[in-house]
Amino acid sequence: MSTQSSRKAARLMLAPSVILLLVWMVVPLAVTIWFSFLRYNLLTPERSGFIGFTNYTNFVASPAFLLSIANTLILVVGVLLITVVLGILIALLIDQPLWGQGPVRILVISPFFIMPPVAALIWKNMFMNPTNGLFAEALKFAGLRPYDFLGKAPLASIILIVAWQWLPFATLILLTALQSMSSEQLEAAEMDGAPPLQRFRFIILPHLARAITVVILIQTIFLLGIFGEILVTTNGGPGNASTTLTYLIYKEALLGFNAGTAAAGGMVAVVLANIVAVFLMIAVGKNLDA
Amino acid sequence: MKTQPRAPLGALLGAVAAGALALPALAQEGPVTLTIATVNNGDMIRMQGLTDAFTDAHPDIALQWVTLEENTLRQNVTTDIATGDGQYDIMTIGTYEVPIWGARGWLAPLEFSDGYDVDDLLPPIRAGLTVDGNLYAAPFYGESSMVMYRTDLMEAAGLEMPEAPTWEFIGQAAAAMTDEDAGIYGICLRGKAGWGENMAFLTAMSNSFGARWFDMDWQPQFDSPEWAATLETYLGLMENYGPPGASSNGFNENLTLFQQGKCGMWIDATVAASFVTDPNNSVVADRVGFALAPDNGLGPRGNWLWAWSLAIPDSSNAKEAATTFIEWATSKDYLALVAGNEGWANVPPGTRTSLYENPDYAQVPFAAITLASINSADPIHPSVQEVPYTGVQFVAIPEFQSIGTSVGQEFSAALAGQKTAAEALAAAQALAVQEMTAAGYYD
Repeated sequence: MSTQSSRKAARLMLAPSVILLLVWMVVPLAVTIWFSFLRYNLLTPERSGFIGFTNYTNFVASPAFLLSIANTLILVVGVLLITVVLGILIALLIDQPLWGQGPVRILVISPFFIMPPVAALIWKNMFMNPTNGLFAEALKFAGLRPYDFLGKAPLASIILIVAWQWLPFATLILLTALQSMSSEQLEAAEMDGAPPLQRFRFIILPHLARAITVVILIQTIFLLGIFGEILVTTNGGPGNASTTLTYLIYKEALLGFNAGTAAAGGMVAVVLANIVAVFLMIAVGKNLDA
Repeated sequence: MKTQPRAPLGALLGAVAAGALALPALAQEGPVTLTIATVNNGDMIRMQGLTDAFTDAHPDIALQWVTLEENTLRQNVTTDIATGDGQYDIMTIGTYEVPIWGARGWLAPLEFSDGYDVDDLLPPIRAGLTVDGNLYAAPFYGESSMVMYRTDLMEAAGLEMPEAPTWEFIGQAAAAMTDEDAGIYGICLRGKAGWGENMAFLTAMSNSFGARWFDMDWQPQFDSPEWAATLETYLGLMENYGPPGASSNGFNENLTLFQQGKCGMWIDATVAASFVTDPNNSVVADRVGFALAPDNGLGPRGNWLWAWSLAIPDSSNAKEAATTFIEWATSKDYLALVAGNEGWANVPPGTRTSLYENPDYAQVPFAAITLASINSADPIHPSVQEVPYTGVQFVAIPEFQSIGTSVGQEFSAALAGQKTAAEALAAAQALAVQEMTAAGYYD
């Protein structure tokens, strides 16, 4: 039984950790906002001072800005589509009783544990390399010319690499959701004569809706900040074809040790993430309600 | 209510006791500990292995190594020195950082004893590490770039590589050696975007075409005919005689291609010579020749200059001990020590004239050409035109990392066929002007 005084005591005891978390969040945010209004380059400390929105206008005026936002959104949407669709299919597949189900599941999960730059390098040098890569050999075997993946289709190649890495995550969550489904409803539908596709569409998919929402939300958070794969494969090139907002901040601000521009770029990224979050919540947020 | 279990309390007391025991060690006054930030290349790893040789001779100095990959190292030490953090006593930096930081007074000038023989340092490298007459860093590794070529393919093509070829000859040789059906490409060059990747090569190449990055008013010069000639020659070579996918090839990818026998020529760092002639990794180890980087008869050749060197940040509290270490690590005795332990081929190259006058070292097959390449570079006057900056394959200004990478992306796009040379140059000019304006060079 919770009385008023015990509730008050509970709040008091929670207060230290809540305050700590609040400070943890607010202080970096406040400092970032403050820096974004300063001219602050680590290498030219003598030229510093309040310059209002100049950092923002410089960042937004850079020729690659609009393209980087477009590339970021294409990357996120592309990876989400591939991982969710393939994730559902693979989860359905490995949910079936298979011979060697244990090892198969481990193998399906394993790409997620490889460090992103390592995975990107393996894809770049062993699969996509037009001279030595596996894909080049396969195309030559079929009598075609090798294709320069990272040169001619850099963003698509990076989407492929990132999707390969995040597929296990989606598969795992969706598999768990599948396993939590009661099989009685499915069997009843089967006995009533419902074809498999309709069973999937009307029973399995709605049950998975919440899990899919969780997958989309968590993945979006991480995919907006993809960096390692781009740095290691294409360095944002050729041109700006694979420059995302994160990479643009790195190039414009971190390479030049320009803390002011970096802070401004970070705030722009926060705004973008919030806009994406609003749309996401409108689209899939209702699935989270019990 | 149950009492709290004792285990957590016991663990806490144990941790406090352990911490209390450790305190006296921290408070000790005796030996000085130098924290050295260094790069993870072979020569530095070797130096770490020889730590005992130093600490035996100087028992009052202890060494603590912080080894990082090049880009991470650069970020760490730059942030440390710019904020005056004072974490490191010795930093490994290059000919790019020294002019900038030396001019700002962030580095302590180095004073060595007479036995060090500072005049023995190779003149271009010493010039690259000196600001206003003060030496701010001591080099332990120096490199330039040169042409590495397949002697068997040249012979089959009926050509002979001169010791100092021209770009025109390189074009002829590349055409003669290309055999796409056999998977052999006449020339492999860097194409991956980055200020230290493709732009290092292209900037050095542009010097040999008479181009420069900025005029005396800091206006970018990508709209000049010299830069157009540079980029068009580069694209012509790569599109006709280069490997596919070159726009994402950096040093490592080209090294692999050459070692597999797929390149007729490769123009890159002199240190690559030891890798391509290593029979354990290279199938063409016995068929490699070397030549100076090409030129157009204007004076500067297309080679670059780089030296990893040891410097002391002004914020260090152990400058004397640090100077002692740096003097040891870049001395003639150290080179002899490495030679005694691992052979002359593994001695860090490119720092001292005396190394190249040593008859034992002269037997290393690419020593002479490395020396000739380094000595032909001039970081103070990299271009035939007047320039407001120093640096052969870079511009020693803080903004160069960012501008260089952006321009590198444009040129990489031209190589990938996404835009023409003219479009890439126009884009490079526009973004260079924009970034220099934002950095306040025209105020």
